[in-house]
Amino acid sequence: MSERRTIAVLVENKPGVLARVSSLFRRRGFNIESLAVGTTEREDISRMTIVVKGDDRTLEQVMKQLNKLIEVIKVSDLSENSVERELALIKVHAPPAKRSEIIEIANIFRARIVDVARDSFIIEITGDEDKINAFVDLMRQFGIKEMARTGKISMARGSKT
Amino acid sequence: MRAADAIVKALEMEGVEHVFGIPGGAILEVYDALYDSEIVHILTRHEQAAVHAADGYARATGKVGVAFATSGPGATNTVTGIATAYMDSSPIVVMTGQVPRAMIGNDAFQEADITGITMPITKHNYLVTDERQLLRTIKEAFYIAQTGRPGPVLIDLPRDVTMADIEFEYPEKVDLIGYKPKTKGHPKQIKKAVDLIMQAERPIILAGGGVRLSNAHEEVLKLAETIPAFVVTTLMGKGAIPETHPLCLGFIGMHGTKYGNYAVMEADLIIAIGCRFSDRTVGKFSEFAPNAKIIHIDIDPAEIGKNVRVDVPIVGDAKSVLREMIKMIKHKQRKEWFDRVEELRRKYPLKYKRDENVIKPQFVVEKVFELAPDAIVTTEVGQNQMWAAQYFKVKHPRQFITSGGLGTMGFGFPAAMGAQVAFPDRIVVDIAGDGSFLMNIQELATCVDYDIPVKVCILNNAYLGMVRQWQQLFYRRRYSATRLRYPELSFEKIAKGFGAHGITVEKPSEVEDALKEAFEIDKPVVIDFHVEVEENVFPFVPPGRSLLEVLDGE
Ligand SMILES: Cc1ncc(C[n+]2csc(CCOP(=O)(O)OP(=O)(O)O)c2C)c(N)n1
Ligand SMILES: [Mg+2]
Repeated sequence: MSERRTIAVLVENKPGVLARVSSLFRRRGFNIESLAVGTTEREDISRMTIVVKGDDRTLEQVMKQLNKLIEVIKVSDLSENSVERELALIKVHAPPAKRSEIIEIANIFRARIVDVARDSFIIEITGDEDKINAFVDLMRQFGIKEMARTGKISMARGSKT
Repeated sequence: MRAADAIVKALEMEGVEHVFGIPGGAILEVYDALYDSEIVHILTRHEQAAVHAADGYARATGKVGVAFATSGPGATNTVTGIATAYMDSSPIVVMTGQVPRAMIGNDAFQEADITGITMPITKHNYLVTDERQLLRTIKEAFYIAQTGRPGPVLIDLPRDVTMADIEFEYPEKVDLIGYKPKTKGHPKQIKKAVDLIMQAERPIILAGGGVRLSNAHEEVLKLAETIPAFVVTTLMGKGAIPETHPLCLGFIGMHGTKYGNYAVMEADLIIAIGCRFSDRTVGKFSEFAPNAKIIHIDIDPAEIGKNVRVDVPIVGDAKSVLREMIKMIKHKQRKEWFDRVEELRRKYPLKYKRDENVIKPQFVVEKVFELAPDAIVTTEVGQNQMWAAQYFKVKHPRQFITSGGLGTMGFGFPAAMGAQVAFPDRIVVDIAGDGSFLMNIQELATCVDYDIPVKVCILNNAYLGMVRQWQQLFYRRRYSATRLRYPELSFEKIAKGFGAHGITVEKPSEVEDALKEAFEIDKPVVIDFHVEVEENVFPFVPPGRSLLEVLDGE
């Protein structure tokens, strides 16, 4: 059965590490749905959050193969019991007649309008994927001119690291 | 100290005695430093051969093999050698020159992104961008290459880095936060495995290349004799126990012994040691050993469960795990199973049709074994490789060297060269095909130049024989591009042209004398055996089939 899984990969913050990780996915035929990279509490370590599609066996291979990369420090499966967040910036068509409606929807979603132009807004929204998808769907009726999503980042709940 | 001198000094500290390679602009500085060193550099005539030689050296000795190449084309020529070593987990370090740092990325003369190119075929690789990291990098490279599951490591050295001035402080240890290979098996898993072994009625040991890498030969033999259990091997595992031992059933898989394949399929327990269940060994994954529980001992956790389901995984170094296991195992008679296996062995022996007038390739290998049973044997790829594997009974660890995973034609000859450099006093034989030998034939020059007396036995069938065999069996004898037609070609003359010795053999009655002559001369020798042209390798399990679906060719 093919499902979407989230894994967190701690890597040494060195040039070429991202290429190694993405090259491994391509070579082994694993599909990356999203990938987010950023720093951690330590400046020599970066964290990648990768969403992959696959069954248990694929996930196991992905994790084992990642672990074999010398610069990979730790791989964890965050598919369950974790906090997930994504951020999106959406430039939406906003002529004067539609503005209040858009603002109202944004408020319901606790999204923020971060830029206002003559006939468009840039809206910032964070949340889990479902929330962002729902919001994006609602914005479509107004006309989305441009959108950028960060890809998901994720962290296990509780004191486990 | 000049960085280039520091590199050479670091190699000396790593115990390197031989380096194989070819110089060029970007690596000149290192070669200049090498000029004053005790390290012997063997100038091969192609960088691919330099890497294969380093690989053959590593496989024969267990030490790290080292190869040098210049930037650009020198570096790209190493790629097949590196991929070959990667697939067979061979510990080598390849150092390549690179254009100066400031020019990287600008398509400078002889620039190739060799770290990018080799990323998927190295265990790890480095582009040294800071000369202060140079020595740490070399230390790490040697450590990574030979620990855990061994493999090739490449270090790319920009020319200006090799010219820089650095302090020589060679690190004593490495500290890699992301690389801590686990060698000791989990006691609970070992206990579970022992329980399974004690319960089993039809146990069999499947030994792979990991046995050699972990130097676990004695332990495998001890385990086999203690249980007692028969041993089959993969192609890479040949020599895991002496093939002349009564418990050894030879190698299994596509061209393995029929009795070995059948025994595996009838077993109720497989104790797999350092093998990766490749398609060539297992046949159809889903039908492999249907009645057996599987214990899989491997240092690489990613190999466990990759191709076949495993009941008891044990991650660890084979030698250490087996030692623990042996302590707990008690001898148990399994007469019925032993009788059954002996019956299989009697019923389905390895065989070929002998001929008085035409040289059978199998006969040549049998003769090599008879006359030089202790020789180091390398092979090329194709039918020659399979006949060598079938008819040369390996007695010692590290005696049989072949490109298993990648199946690289042209590997055997330079690998033999590497092995011979490591063991100047042993007989080293490359069992070759006429097609494969041509892929690195230029190395005859190296052999003559450095007095490397390798014996090349060409099983010359005037075909890309293995491909022809597939065409015969699966493509109705449509021999598309497999005939190697060159009536004028004489390997004997070519060998002599290089200054080596050459012999042509056309009759079965001359085989023995030719081999004796070759083994006696202290020179590289090429023997061109004109063998039966359309001989096939049997038994043959067609690709993707169960190991029971064996073609015998009868
Ligand atoms: C570099 C490379 N190219 C192509 C192949 C595909 N291939 C496998 S066996 C074979 C034929 C080898 O011919 P030869 O060396 O004469 O050996 P024979 O099978 O005749 O003994 C070929 C072309 C290969 N394994 N390696
Ligand atoms: Mg041939």
